[in-house]
Amino acid sequence: MLAALIIVFREVVEAGLIIGIVLAASQGVPGRIRMVVGGVVGGGLAACLVAAFAGQIGDLFEGSGQEIFQAAVLGAAVLMLGWHNVWMAKHGREMANDMRAVGRAVAAGESEITTLGIVVGLAVMREGSEVVLFLYGISAQGADSARSMLTGGVLGMGAGVLIGLLLYRGLLAIPVHKMFTATAWLITLMAAGMASQAVGFLQQSGLVTLWQEPLWDTSDFLAQASLFGRVLHTLVGYTDQPDGLQLLAWIVTVAAIWTLGRIVNPPRKRPAKQGGVGTLPNTPGAVRRVQA
Amino acid sequence: MTGVMSRRMIGAKLGLALFGTVVMSSGPVLAADEARELVIRNHRFEPAEIKLPANTAAQITVRNLDKTAEEFESKSLKVEKVIPGGGQAVIRIRPLAKGRYEFFGEYNEKTARGVLVVE
Repeated sequence: MLAALIIVFREVVEAGLIIGIVLAASQGVPGRIRMVVGGVVGGGLAACLVAAFAGQIGDLFEGSGQEIFQAAVLGAAVLMLGWHNVWMAKHGREMANDMRAVGRAVAAGESEITTLGIVVGLAVMREGSEVVLFLYGISAQGADSARSMLTGGVLGMGAGVLIGLLLYRGLLAIPVHKMFTATAWLITLMAAGMASQAVGFLQQSGLVTLWQEPLWDTSDFLAQASLFGRVLHTLVGYTDQPDGLQLLAWIVTVAAIWTLGRIVNPPRKRPAKQGGVGTLPNTPGAVRRVQA
Repeated sequence: MTGVMSRRMIGAKLGLALFGTVVMSSGPVLAADEARELVIRNHRFEPAEIKLPANTAAQITVRNLDKTAEEFESKSLKVEKVIPGGGQAVIRIRPLAKGRYEFFGEYNEKTARGVLVVE
């Protein structure tokens, strides 16, 4: 039972963290709950399909179908998270200034909230398909052990959801405009982590074989397989043995999202009184401008 | 006129075919110099130890004889790949330095364990 709990927890916690951040980042946007629920349900159904056709997907591209599929899903999520941050850089000002006045900004933001729904859906699909395969496997074995394993699976799922919820509550405890700064950074780093993971899958597929040497190995210090390692892997893309191309993908993603944010929302020259934290795509600068 | 068109068409088709061949041949298969085979039976890898020469790209074909899916995973090899029950998958191994690289089946971590010895 414990084994099942741990395996399911591992997968669910990644999706849980992503959902926690998305929920916090979309604070104050109407329709976000509907969108997240839609993402979870849609992602769950897609996960079952992916699990059912795991063999067929794997056979594509001369046996590299699974890796290319994973890389594509991750790549799509990176684009959407990047898009979200740029959108927030544009509209974050209204949101941070007055949550209730957000309606106007969000009239144009229906597509934006859909983007977040899709990010949630993709995360649930990716992690969920493995949970489905695993749980299907143990239920196919039949007998008593199956029931205790399934119990473990359900508990693991609950624990994963709980961690996501804790992160969400933790983020909410941050004052509003700082919270949007925090979520903007979290989303940027999360997207960068996904980009480097996508590159990892492309390397694994053999399609890309560039700079494959691991640059360093910090697995003794913090193993990626450990709980904390996994959490950091999801949140900031921590990898204990990154290769050159993965690191490059990480850096390029952070730089690209940050730069785009600055372009749509350039910072003002002199901050009036709030101190100079403000280098983020969407934020203190934006708030200041309204107050001025 | 039509003659010119069809010649162009032929050219285009040839180009496409050529492009296809290049894409196919520069694809995954090219990389592997060594090939190994593994079987998963009763949630165990057989053999549980594989040897490979250092600095050589390789591919390991893993056949899953169990009815349930398994996920071949190794952090040090940087591989995670689901192998459906009764299915098979190709694991591509990048050129490696000497050492022992452990791998396991994530869904049955207690029994499904193996090691790749690079020397």
